[in-house]
Amino acid sequence: MHRTGELYGQFQTLEQQKETAALGMWIFLVTEVLFFGGMFLTYTINRHAYPAAFGMGSNTLDIYLGGFNTVVLILSSLTMAMAVWSAQVGKKTLVTSFLILTLILGGTFLGVKVVEYKQKFDHHLIPGYHFDISYCAKSPTNCADLSPAARETEDKQLEEAERLDPDLNNHAQLYFSLYFGMTGLHALHMIVGAGLLLWLLKESVGGRFSPAYNTPVEIVGLYWHFVDIVWIYLFPLLYLIDRKAGR
Amino acid sequence: MSEHIVSPKIYFTIFASLMVGTAITVWAAFQNFGPFNIVIALGIATVKATLVVLYFMHARYSPKRTHLVIICAVFWLAIMLALTLTDYQSRPILSHRAAPSAVHQLPV
Repeated sequence: MHRTGELYGQFQTLEQQKETAALGMWIFLVTEVLFFGGMFLTYTINRHAYPAAFGMGSNTLDIYLGGFNTVVLILSSLTMAMAVWSAQVGKKTLVTSFLILTLILGGTFLGVKVVEYKQKFDHHLIPGYHFDISYCAKSPTNCADLSPAARETEDKQLEEAERLDPDLNNHAQLYFSLYFGMTGLHALHMIVGAGLLLWLLKESVGGRFSPAYNTPVEIVGLYWHFVDIVWIYLFPLLYLIDRKAGR
Repeated sequence: MSEHIVSPKIYFTIFASLMVGTAITVWAAFQNFGPFNIVIALGIATVKATLVVLYFMHARYSPKRTHLVIICAVFWLAIMLALTLTDYQSRPILSHRAAPSAVHQLPV
């Protein structure tokens, strides 16, 4: 294709080229909104149908790990935005630094996710034959050395949930299917984002991004922020159901 | 028309607001607001998402056609959610009228 510097033949100015690319990314993000929207819809219908099982499932999640990941991801959005700014004002080394920071934060998020998934395996909370919601739902991490009083509260809550929903174990599997489906899809988007960041990093080290041409940084930024938005909704919906004391 | 450069000061302000929003979300989840817990959680999440779209994603400084695309996304999502949930909500009402064999037993 005919190209002058960074300007492709079908465009008149770099700015027109950038606006066109941004529009294309936004339209892709519309399809992503509807893609994730379908999962949120499935979640809403099932949570409405089985509130007790969803509350029980949500309480097994570690709120500290989830909260930490939320902070990490929002921080990575900030560093991504700063990378865009650095490119726009022509600070080439800063672009590289902020991209590396974003990549590290993204990696941290995925690392914590691995720890969380591992816990769910250990606690029999993977949907399937060995699924067992009755395994210390409130505090699965220290189930073995719970105080008798805590143990009693735990059992009482399980009893209450089973009274509300006799088929608790099956319906809790629905919650966990959605948990793994939604966080898994989100993590997949993070992995794609990390790949894009690596490519940006390579170009950035080569000094390609300048105030005149920084379209790729801007476009990948849009994608990265979108993934952040999905998590902004996933965190309260998955981690924070029925957390209030004495429900 | 030259491109608008959002200053780091705005980025850091938005980041701080998002952190405050996250803190309020976690705090509110441990309070008993009855049916309003979910409303509050989703309300804060929507405010946070709006901040990200407007400032981190530069929507506020983008051309009108970008605004149109964003509005379309929200509008189509609303159609999908509203119409499907209307269907699920109305099934128990309608199932009283139809013959039991004709009704698909789905979770409501």
